[in-house]
Amino acid sequence: MYDFELVKPASLQEAIEAMQAEDAQALGGGQTLLPTMKARLAMADTLVALSAIEEIKGICTDDDGRLCIGGGTTHAMVQRDCAESFPALASLAGRIGDPAVRNRGTIGGSLANNDPSACYPAAALACNATIVTQNREIAADDYFLGMFTTALEEREIVTEVRFPVPEAAHYEKFIQPASRFPLVAVFVAKYSDAVRVAVTGASSDGVFRWNEAEAALSGNFSEDAVKGLSAPDADGMISDLHGDGAYRAHLVKVMCARAVKACA
Amino acid sequence: MPKDTGIGASPKRREDVRFLTGKGRYTDDINLAGQAHVVFLRSDVAHGRITSIDTGAAEAMEGVIRVFTGEDFAEVGGIPCGWQITSIDGSVMQEPKHPVLAHGKVRHVGDPIAAVVAETRDQAKDACEAIEVEIESLPAVIDMKAAVKPGAPKVHDELAGNLCYDWGLVQENKEAVDRAISAAAHVTTLELVNNRLIANPMEPRVAVGDYTSHDDHSTLYTTSQNPHVIRLLMGAFVLGIPEHKLRVVAPDVGGGFGTKIFHYAEEAFCTFAAKALERPVKWTSSRSEAFMSDAHGRDHVTKIELALDAEHNFTALRTETYANMGAYLSTFAPSVPTWLHGTLMAGNYKTPLIYVNVKAVFTNTVPVDAYRGAGRPEATFQLERVVDKAARELGVDPVELRRKNFITEFPYATPVAVEYDTGDYHATMDKLLELIDRDGFPARRAGSEARGKLRGLGINSYIEACGIAPSHLVGQLGARAGLYESATVRVNATGGLVVMTGSHSHGQGHETSFPQVVADMIGIPEDQVEIVHGDTDKVPMGMGTYGSRSLAVGGSAIYRATEKVIAKAKKIAAHIMEASDEDIELKDGKFTVAGTDKSVAWGDVTLAAYVPHNYPLEDIEPGLEETAFYDPNNFTYPSGAYACEVEVDPETGKVEVLAFAAADDFGNVVNPMIVEGQVHGGLAQGIGQALLESCAYDADGQLLSASYMDYAMPRAHDFPMFAVDSSCRTPCTHNPLGVKGCGEAGAIGSPPSVVNAVIDALASGGHDVGHIDMPLTPARVWHAMHGGTPNQRAAQPAAHSEETTHDRSVAGAATNV
Ligand SMILES: Cc1cc2nc3c(=O)[nH]c(=O)nc-3n(C[C@H](O)[C@H](O)[C@H](O)COP(=O)(O)OP(=O)(O)OC[C@H]3O[C@@H](n4cnc5c(N)ncnc54)[C@H](O)[C@@H]3O)c2cc1C
Repeated sequence: MYDFELVKPASLQEAIEAMQAEDAQALGGGQTLLPTMKARLAMADTLVALSAIEEIKGICTDDDGRLCIGGGTTHAMVQRDCAESFPALASLAGRIGDPAVRNRGTIGGSLANNDPSACYPAAALACNATIVTQNREIAADDYFLGMFTTALEEREIVTEVRFPVPEAAHYEKFIQPASRFPLVAVFVAKYSDAVRVAVTGASSDGVFRWNEAEAALSGNFSEDAVKGLSAPDADGMISDLHGDGAYRAHLVKVMCARAVKACA
Repeated sequence: MPKDTGIGASPKRREDVRFLTGKGRYTDDINLAGQAHVVFLRSDVAHGRITSIDTGAAEAMEGVIRVFTGEDFAEVGGIPCGWQITSIDGSVMQEPKHPVLAHGKVRHVGDPIAAVVAETRDQAKDACEAIEVEIESLPAVIDMKAAVKPGAPKVHDELAGNLCYDWGLVQENKEAVDRAISAAAHVTTLELVNNRLIANPMEPRVAVGDYTSHDDHSTLYTTSQNPHVIRLLMGAFVLGIPEHKLRVVAPDVGGGFGTKIFHYAEEAFCTFAAKALERPVKWTSSRSEAFMSDAHGRDHVTKIELALDAEHNFTALRTETYANMGAYLSTFAPSVPTWLHGTLMAGNYKTPLIYVNVKAVFTNTVPVDAYRGAGRPEATFQLERVVDKAARELGVDPVELRRKNFITEFPYATPVAVEYDTGDYHATMDKLLELIDRDGFPARRAGSEARGKLRGLGINSYIEACGIAPSHLVGQLGARAGLYESATVRVNATGGLVVMTGSHSHGQGHETSFPQVVADMIGIPEDQVEIVHGDTDKVPMGMGTYGSRSLAVGGSAIYRATEKVIAKAKKIAAHIMEASDEDIELKDGKFTVAGTDKSVAWGDVTLAAYVPHNYPLEDIEPGLEETAFYDPNNFTYPSGAYACEVEVDPETGKVEVLAFAAADDFGNVVNPMIVEGQVHGGLAQGIGQALLESCAYDADGQLLSASYMDYAMPRAHDFPMFAVDSSCRTPCTHNPLGVKGCGEAGAIGSPPSVVNAVIDALASGGHDVGHIDMPLTPARVWHAMHGGTPNQRAAQPAAHSEETTHDRSVAGAATNV
């Protein structure tokens, strides 16, 4: 690890100010950033730890009935506190890493990082959640711009994520056996007016919506509707030691059908 | 009644108290006054010529003491190889120099190019980044079959080519084998890969070198399974330090699995640099470094042919194996695919004619050497897979086909140069079928089918060879070391004992099981016996622990030394009780005179040995301490039968292990709990190999599975509870304890069970899949079910040369097609 300064502001305002320093970077739970820094693959002059900022932690419901999760909320808190209000999300959070990872890692960190195999991006995109920063609100549809790339600008901090809670939802995760991240995972969210399907782990462009499945499911929300589709195009799918593009494309369909079945 | 003390009892492991409470003392816990730290700059290309190294900037950096390069080691020897193989044509194997730091060329990703010694580790790391190295990239040699073709780029320019040796066993039988195969009623052929593995002990390697000028002594603290072997190899062959000026200490070691047997460049470096700088020098491997510098295991590509007559008797077996040596010859690498593999090809069967051919090949990959099982898993896997395939082709019960061909008379001389002393393969098979409830399988399969899953049962036998010996024979076979073991039993005046053993414990539980043997022989509590190991200044010259040899060889040395102690103690007791030596009996810690009520306690005799007031000084010396060197006259041959029951999800190809049973014959058992633990660990590694673990390189020699993000280590929840039994016992006939060794069996016997089970499951769903190469990842299984090349060529675009999909066992996938 290269040397760096650590600041630990107690308020969002102080954090925003601290982020003005040259080469400053936000530190959420550190579950991605710190291993990368230890391997000397990343460096920062200043790390601005968000963990002491109470105002960006915790879960509540806003006037529109949306579930609002502070950007500094840990996976463990989501797992525990959303179990009734949004069980699919709680179950997603509860299967990230291990307890140590879940007690530190945060939803803001996960969405800011946008790993092509991360779990939260699938939930955010399937629900068209709103990603809130100190400056603006960004719809998930406009937020994910490709592998490790988001609409966030430098120094922007994810302060909150607002989820319209679906009527029914399920997250089906097929793990990559080494990392236990998704090899392919599918989040299906059913609303009164639409069905949205988001896929993670599969595409080298990162999380994406499977439009054909959404169209089919909007008319007929059933496992069979998915089974009648052909798998998405294997071109552009990730191909690595754990599976080639064709296999991943196939898994998208299988995971989607299972998620729909589990919604019923 | 289970015993609660002595041989056959299961006392809890005394060493676990310190391990589980964080009080173990590992090499990394050793920090010496004035210690400096070394960090190695490692090659990030697989093959290249070093055109320049500029260390100027690095040397000028804060805290840097000195930067070493290959030039600094021009005067010292290379890392030696401890086993020489002779090829079919009578020539000895090609043996390239293995420099401590790369010199001229780099030959694998991870090959150390330079070493920075600095006050702190971070300073050394910073300085490493400031070293300017220019490397002219050369084509990487990765594919074994391409590597031995004429005109292939050479890993070592000074060698004739990349073929290390071409070995045959037994060469005189080759023609007869060929004839028998041509004449056979049925021949089953299988091409397969034994996948390359990375051992991943929990504790990465560490070395601390120290030098004291006042007595010109060097000390190396290291994570080793055999400190005396390191002292000999490093002292005599690399650094030229006489053994009496060199001490090697291997304190608590957190797992070895073979990979800590070998002498490594980092050990020689730290010892050398400590003397050059007159400061202790410490190296602690990072996990990432471990992936690219610890010796890897397995990596064979094999074609096996089994010939049967019309009655399904095995008539002949022929195998051809390409064995990957990596870029240099690691300490025992040449012996693994030959004497530890070819000699086991008879398995449990009375096949009369066997011919084994092994071609060892240099490639631009990390050196490959022994890993838990070393050669025997490779033999067992191919044999038990081809027998299963034969049963499937012939439409006969795989268990009955095995039983029909089992060896039943012992001793049995195999056609591959070894003699099994005892065994009862039907007994372990019977036990296994009971443990796995084979009769209930059809109902369980129907249950799975009702849930849309395919269920399979895989069964196989295994035999292995432990306690490699005897020394005079292995010497003829090319070993450059003896294979005895030593023990000194020191009795203190007040009756307690210290046993100094040449075996080394790195998780095996010697501190618990060895005292059971000694205490049982004398009849005193186990806590009266202390075990000392792992320090060349404390224990007699010993060969260390590998090949499941600790109890069979090391335990036998302890037994012999204890016998000598008892014989002398009896003389002292006879003197005290004024009786004749022959009439003295020792039981429950008390000497008695047969036929009388006279007795003297163990402690009184031991006190007399050191306070010899009333003592037969004219006949025997005072003191009570004896040493034995035990050199076995044969291997031991543990055997057994294993079964695995799996469920395959046909939609995803995911395999779930639902049950695993192991019926082992380890001969006599000293501590059943420890034996069970050893089998559990072995099974975890064997099933891990079959389903999860894979060390993969791309065509450029980049290590694709270079961290736990891609190298899948098995975890507890990947397994069901194992059903393990070692009640079938045919004691070894040639060691005093009648024991055989249990450390590797689990890893040897289990991979074929898993693969056989998956093939069985797929067959039940109408998928006629001949074989799938390990690890049976969901993607591989799914592709195999859908007619894709079972070896996942599709997902491994860089994997194949034009010849077969089996050219490169280590092949992985490019990141993007
Ligand atoms: C063993 C292990 C297993 C894992 N398994 C999974 C898994 O199965 N699924 C999965 O999805 N993830 C997994 N993860 C990743 C984990 O979820 C991380 O916690 C998460 O990806 C990053 O969150 P963090 O809070 O730790 O962020 P950090 O590591 O602190 O930061 C990550 C990046 O986000 C930035 N950042 C952090 N917080 C904010 C914020 N509020 N606003 C703006 N930028 C911010 C940082 O500057 C950095 O660039 C695993 C991690 C580990 C170590």
